Amino acid sequence: MPEIQMREALNQAMCEEMQRDPDVFLIGEEVAEYDGAYKVSQGMLAKFGPMRVVDAPISESGFAGLGVGAAMVGMRPIIEFMTFSFSLVAFDQVVNNAPKIRHMSGGQLKVPIVFRGISGPGQQLGATHSWTVDALYTHVPGLKVVCPTTAYDAKGLLKTAIRDDDPVIFLENESMYGLRGEVPEKEYLLPFGKADIKREGSDCTVVAWGHCCLTALAAAEKLHKEHGIEVEVIDPRTLRPLDMPAIMASVQKTGYCVTVEEGYPQCGVGAEIAAQLQENSFDYLDNSVIRVAAMDVPMPYSKPLLQHVLPGVERVADAIKKAIYFQG
Amino acid sequence: MDYCLGRQKAPTRMRGLCRRYFSTDSTDFQCFSFGGHVLTLNGKGVSVTTLVEPQQKIDPSPSQMMDWYRQMVLIRAFEMRCAQSYQQQKIGGFCHLYVGQEAVAVGSIAAVRPTDYVITAYRDHGHAIARGMDIHPLFAELYGKKTGCSHGKGGSMHFFDAKKNFFGGHAIVGAHIPLATGLGWAAKYRKEDRVVLCYFGDGAMNQGSFHEALNLAGLFKLPIIFMVENNGYGMGTHLHRASAVTDLKLRTGDAYGIPGKDVDGMDCVAMYRMTMAAAEYCRKGNGSIFLDVKTYRYRGHSMSDPQKYRTKEEVAQYQEHDPIGRLEKQLKDSHILDDKKVTQISDEIHAQVEAAHEQADADAYPDTADVWSDIYANTFGDYKA
Repeated sequence: MPEIQMREALNQAMCEEMQRDPDVFLIGEEVAEYDGAYKVSQGMLAKFGPMRVVDAPISESGFAGLGVGAAMVGMRPIIEFMTFSFSLVAFDQVVNNAPKIRHMSGGQLKVPIVFRGISGPGQQLGATHSWTVDALYTHVPGLKVVCPTTAYDAKGLLKTAIRDDDPVIFLENESMYGLRGEVPEKEYLLPFGKADIKREGSDCTVVAWGHCCLTALAAAEKLHKEHGIEVEVIDPRTLRPLDMPAIMASVQKTGYCVTVEEGYPQCGVGAEIAAQLQENSFDYLDNSVIRVAAMDVPMPYSKPLLQHVLPGVERVADAIKKAIYFQG
Repeated sequence: MDYCLGRQKAPTRMRGLCRRYFSTDSTDFQCFSFGGHVLTLNGKGVSVTTLVEPQQKIDPSPSQMMDWYRQMVLIRAFEMRCAQSYQQQKIGGFCHLYVGQEAVAVGSIAAVRPTDYVITAYRDHGHAIARGMDIHPLFAELYGKKTGCSHGKGGSMHFFDAKKNFFGGHAIVGAHIPLATGLGWAAKYRKEDRVVLCYFGDGAMNQGSFHEALNLAGLFKLPIIFMVENNGYGMGTHLHRASAVTDLKLRTGDAYGIPGKDVDGMDCVAMYRMTMAAAEYCRKGNGSIFLDVKTYRYRGHSMSDPQKYRTKEEVAQYQEHDPIGRLEKQLKDSHILDDKKVTQISDEIHAQVEAAHEQADADAYPDTADVWSDIYANTFGDYKA
């Protein structure tokens, strides 16, 4: 199986779907002539031409709305936000128009649109450019939220997102674009709402997705090497729908749960998972669910401060030890 | 401040843009009058000038004009019933009536084809009816019934009929204008012979989404007729207190490469002619056009508006140029209509409205289980199709 970068996997997913379906087009800032701010759309203009790979002016509300309008009549737009921090400029289109038009029209219309781009704190970009929007968009009925961790997941999930008949928020991570992973040459799709066990273990369940899933895997490896603790890492892959049965099954096995996210703790995705576990799996838990999240402050610029605020391997490992009452 | 900016000339490039399609008798076309009469807004006079008509005269047939007359009478009767139903608390939430503005929707929608796309803001009852929606599902929607056009989930501000290419009914001011660019984009992308008719109020022109959408439409040359239903007030704030430039077409022409025209929105035939010309302009691949439609609403912004921002005299002044009355006079002058027929039409329509209202009133509310449907097309968990 060939190993490719995540950005190539995303590029392949878009190209394959655009070849398959003429209603699919990509629009966003610098996606065409510039070849993509992060080179995800590299070469697509040459392949598909300027009507299908469209450079938009810096008007997030305008081109996000253009996509929603086109989706209302059956097109399948892919909207690239250079970063989801800029999606907040288009917040009304993303949370009011895209997910509610089907509802307000009594099911007459569907809005098959993908909003994709990077989310997360990035490299010292300051508070406004460092949004982790997972929880913001997972909060909204009518949206679906996808957070791929590997190149394999990214390709299979993006193809599903493009074919899905509902608005999908597809959250990528700048620091992961260059990571390589095995991706089959044969076509495949990955379903929404189906978690993936990224590492099997019996001592503690860790729920993490996207960039934090890599942190969780590193922490799991560290604990295995240092203390023989076997951590099970569950990657939900999609936050809405959220595969709670898979998380509950894992917790039934381990009795402990830690969630890891780069977003904020208050009303975060981890808070939701913890709430659902105490509602549905209380008897299986041998300790309270522990959340690891970004600290509850705007993202600082200074490198050591930023590293302090974000969940790192040490913090995750400590949380797992605390969760399982490890006396090392 | 009035509707016009005085007698100063429009920028040369703007005039050039407009002249590409429309003939102009006069070089200064900022001034406006209603059927040759000068009216006032907010106590200020409006200068007199002649309404510039599209070069191509399009004369509607007597049967077309009769159809428009009936539609306008129907919209008004529908709205008056809504006012009553609102007071009876059959209608909840916000309810914005179209009384006074009927000629805008009726004249313009008559000028486009069933295959063209129509999208509007929250004052959407008139457009829905002009687009041919049956009034029973509209009443049912207002009353929150299962038989409503949106299954009771949208309400007054969210009428939709996808089969009739009527795409709402949108409640956030200006937020649907980018959607219109998407409809236009789809038509252009698919090389379909369609235009988009996008309505919004003068208040919406101060939203960022309006300007982003207009720039996109101008940049991509999308086939869209942007139509501001300029009734002079964004809720209770007069245009001159909200817009730095009150000749609204100046905010599109030079700025976004989209030429603009003024239209008398109290004149159904003028609306029809201007929209026909505008649609033809768009169909020829010229891009978008902007129409500043001078109109007036007789009722408050919504049902809960005490209207302290204007005088009764101002309202009465516009009512003298009532769009229904004007078309009625034209039809009578042409011996197409007489008093007997007027009474007959009025009786028929009022009976139709009462019957639809009663039927909707008697209809069932949706089941509470229905809250889980109409949200996702590809469902999961508790969500139903």
